[in-house]
Amino acid sequence: MSNDHFVRFENVDKSYDGKQLVVKGLNLDIEEGEFVTMLGPSGSGKTTCLMMLAGFETPTNGQIYLDNKVISDIPPHKRGIGMVFQNYALFPHMTVYENLAFPLRVRKIPKDEADKKVDKALSMVSLQGFEARMPMQLSGGQQQRVAVARSLVFDPKLVLMDEPLGALDKNLRESMQYEIKHIHENIGVTVVYVTHDQTEALTMSNRIAVFNDGKVQQLSSPDELYERPVNSFVAEFIGENNTFGGEVIDVSGDKCKVKLNSGTEIMANPIVAKSKGDKTTVSLRPERAIIDPEKDMDNNHKGKIEEVIYHGDHTRLRVDLLGNKDFILKIPNSSNRMDIKEGKEIKIGWNSVDCRALDPK
Amino acid sequence: MSKEQILSSDGIPLEESLKKAERKNKLKALFLVAPLFLFILIIYIFPIGDMLFRSVDDRMITKMLPKTFKAMENWDGQDLPDEPVYKAIYEDLKYLKENKTYGKIIARLNYEKSGFSSLIKKTVRKLNKIEEGNYKEQFIKIHKRWGQPEYLVALKNTAPNWSYAKYLKGVDLKFDENRNIIKQDEDRRIYKTLWLRTVNVAFWVTIFCFILAYPISHLLATLPMKYSNLLMICVLLPFWTSLLVRTSSWMVLLQQQGPVNDLIVWLGLAADDNRPELMYNVVGTFVAMTQILLPFMVLPLYSVMKTISPSLMRAGKSLGGTPLTSFLKIYFPLTIPGIGAGCLLVFILAIGYYITPALVGGASGALISNNIAYHMKSSLDWAFASALGTMLLIGVLAIYWVYNKLVGIDNIKLG
Repeated sequence: MSNDHFVRFENVDKSYDGKQLVVKGLNLDIEEGEFVTMLGPSGSGKTTCLMMLAGFETPTNGQIYLDNKVISDIPPHKRGIGMVFQNYALFPHMTVYENLAFPLRVRKIPKDEADKKVDKALSMVSLQGFEARMPMQLSGGQQQRVAVARSLVFDPKLVLMDEPLGALDKNLRESMQYEIKHIHENIGVTVVYVTHDQTEALTMSNRIAVFNDGKVQQLSSPDELYERPVNSFVAEFIGENNTFGGEVIDVSGDKCKVKLNSGTEIMANPIVAKSKGDKTTVSLRPERAIIDPEKDMDNNHKGKIEEVIYHGDHTRLRVDLLGNKDFILKIPNSSNRMDIKEGKEIKIGWNSVDCRALDPK
Repeated sequence: MSKEQILSSDGIPLEESLKKAERKNKLKALFLVAPLFLFILIIYIFPIGDMLFRSVDDRMITKMLPKTFKAMENWDGQDLPDEPVYKAIYEDLKYLKENKTYGKIIARLNYEKSGFSSLIKKTVRKLNKIEEGNYKEQFIKIHKRWGQPEYLVALKNTAPNWSYAKYLKGVDLKFDENRNIIKQDEDRRIYKTLWLRTVNVAFWVTIFCFILAYPISHLLATLPMKYSNLLMICVLLPFWTSLLVRTSSWMVLLQQQGPVNDLIVWLGLAADDNRPELMYNVVGTFVAMTQILLPFMVLPLYSVMKTISPSLMRAGKSLGGTPLTSFLKIYFPLTIPGIGAGCLLVFILAIGYYITPALVGGASGALISNNIAYHMKSSLDWAFASALGTMLLIGVLAIYWVYNKLVGIDNIKLG
C-alpha cells in the first residue's frame, strides 16, 4: 500500500461526536529521521492526529501506517512510540530513576543493562546525579528534560511531543528548543512535534505541517513556509503580514494586476488567484516593503505614518497605505535614522514577486 | 516616632510592635473561632469527658452508705463482720428509707451480686421493727443472706470511689469475691462475641464498599462532565435521603416475601417454600450497611482520582506498560491516599453503627453499639454503656494510630 514512508496518514478522518469532523481527509507522510512539527491554532486537529498516531484515539476513517504496517489494531503499549506529554506526565510517586526505568522494566530488560540506558538517557539531557529525586523536587525545566529522557530511554524509532514546552517560561523554552533539536540531530530519531507556537516550529523543524480546521494547509520546510505561504491562512498564521483585498484584473506571465478595494492598482505574484476576475487577498511581509526605495520596484505608493512604535532593535511604523490603515513597516535600528514622525507622508515600494495574491479571506 | 523604633537595629522594639500589630488580628481570629470552639466543647469534648468519667465513677453508693463503709474498713472480709458494721448498715438504710432513695443502691448492689435486690427490699421493709442493740442477730433474722459472708464482701467491694469493673465486664471478665480477675460465667460471656462480630462486620463492610466504590469512583473521575454529574447525583441521592428511610427500604426489599427473595425464587436459586432469610441476621446488616456507607468510600476516592491526570496512564501505556501493569504500577499507587481515607472513614463509621443493625440485624446481627443502646435505655446501666463506649473510642483511636504508623496520616486525602 504505502511506499516507504516511515509514517503515513492516509485519508484519515476523525470525529468525536458523529456530527463534526475534527480531522478531515488527512494525508501526511513523514520520513525516517525527520523532525516534523504540526502547527496550528487550538482546535485545529493537530493534537488529535498525534493521539491517533500514539494509539489513544482511533481514526473514524482511513489508515495510519508506521514503518509500512497498519497500526490501527496495535494497542498503544505495543507501538513502541515514545511520547512527551503536555504536562510531562512524570509518575509523581516514582523517583527520576524509576520513571526512566519503567519502560525498561516492562520490557524485562536486565537491571545492569537498564542502568546503563538510564544513565545514557540522563546524560543526554545533562541530568546525571538526579536519579534519586522525586519529580516534585525538580524545577519545570528539569521535569521537562526527565520527560524527554524517559521518552527516549527505550530507543524508540519515533517520538511524539505534545506541546512539551508550553508550561515553561520564555527563556527556558528557547534553551529547551535547542536542546531538543540537538538531541534529535545526535540520535537521529524521528520526531513528530505538536505546538501552537510558530517560533518554536520555525526553529526546530525540518518540515512543518500547518493545521487549520482539521486539514493540513501547507506542509513544507520553515523557510518555504515563511517565504512562500500557499494561502491566506498560512500567511496570516506564520509571521507578520500586511494584506489588501482586491480583484485580479489582468494576468501576464508571473505577474498580475490587482485592483484593490480602494481603487488603486498594484502588481502582484499570482499564487492562488491566477485568472482574471478572481477575488484575492494580497499578502506582503512587512520587511519586504522599503521606505524611499532607491532602485526600481514595480510597486511604489505613498502612505501616511499613523503611529511609531519603538522596539529597540527595530522601529515599527503603522502606515495608512492604499486604504489599509494597519499596514506595518519595520525599520532596522541603524545610526542614520530617517526622519520619521507621525503624520508624515512617505514613499513605500516593494517587488511584485514578494506580494502574493492568495485566496480571498 | 514609633517608625524610628521599628527601624532601629536593636531588634526588640520591632518584635514588640509586630506583636502589637498582630494582636488585633489574633483577637479577631479568636473571636471568629470562639462559637465553634464553644460548640465543640459543649456538645463534644464535655460529653466525651463525662462518658469517660462515668464509666469509672462509683461514688454514688459510697456517698449513700458512708457509715457502712467506714465501719467495714477494719473488717478482713473472712468471717462475718462484727456488730458495729450491722449497726452502721442499719443507720445508713434508715436514713435512705426516710429519704426514699434506697432504690438506687438496690440496682447498684444487684450488679455486684444478684440477690441483693430482695435482701435490701426486705430489710428496708422490716427496718421499723429493729430495736436498738444486737443488730447482727436481728439482720440475720430478717434475711439469712446477712449471715452469708459473700454478700457482705460484695457490699464491701463497692466501697472504692473508682472502679474499672465495667471494663472487665466489657471483655467478659469479672472480679471474684477476693478481687481477683476471673473469667465471666460461661453463660454470660457475650461481649467477646459481640466485639468480634462488630469488627468482623466493619471489616467486611469496608472491603465490600471498597470493591464497589473503586470502579464507580474511577468512572466518576474519568467520565465527561455531563455524565459524571448525573452519576454523582446517583451516588449522593441516597446520601441525602434519611438514614431511617434507606434502612426501612432495605427491610422492604429483603423481607421473606420481598422483591429480592422473589427474584431468587424466580431465578430458581431457592424453592418458594424455602426462601432464604436475608434480614434479621448478619446478611441484612452487611447489605444495608454497605449501601449506606458507600458514599463515604466513593467521595474520598473520587476526589483523589480526580487529581490524577489521565495523561499518566497514557504515559504508562506509551512507555510499553500493558493496561494492567500501568494500572498496578501507576494508577493504583496514586489512589492509596484516597483508599486509606475511605477505608478508615467507612471502618470507623461501621464499627459504631447503630440504627441499621438495630433494624435489619436481628439478634445475630446486633453490634456493640446496639448493646450500648440497650444499656442506656433498657438496663439503665449507664456506667457500663459508658465503659463500652470508651472501649469503642479507644479501639478507633488505636486503628487511627496503627494507620498512621503504617501509611502516615499525612497521606490521607479527603478532598
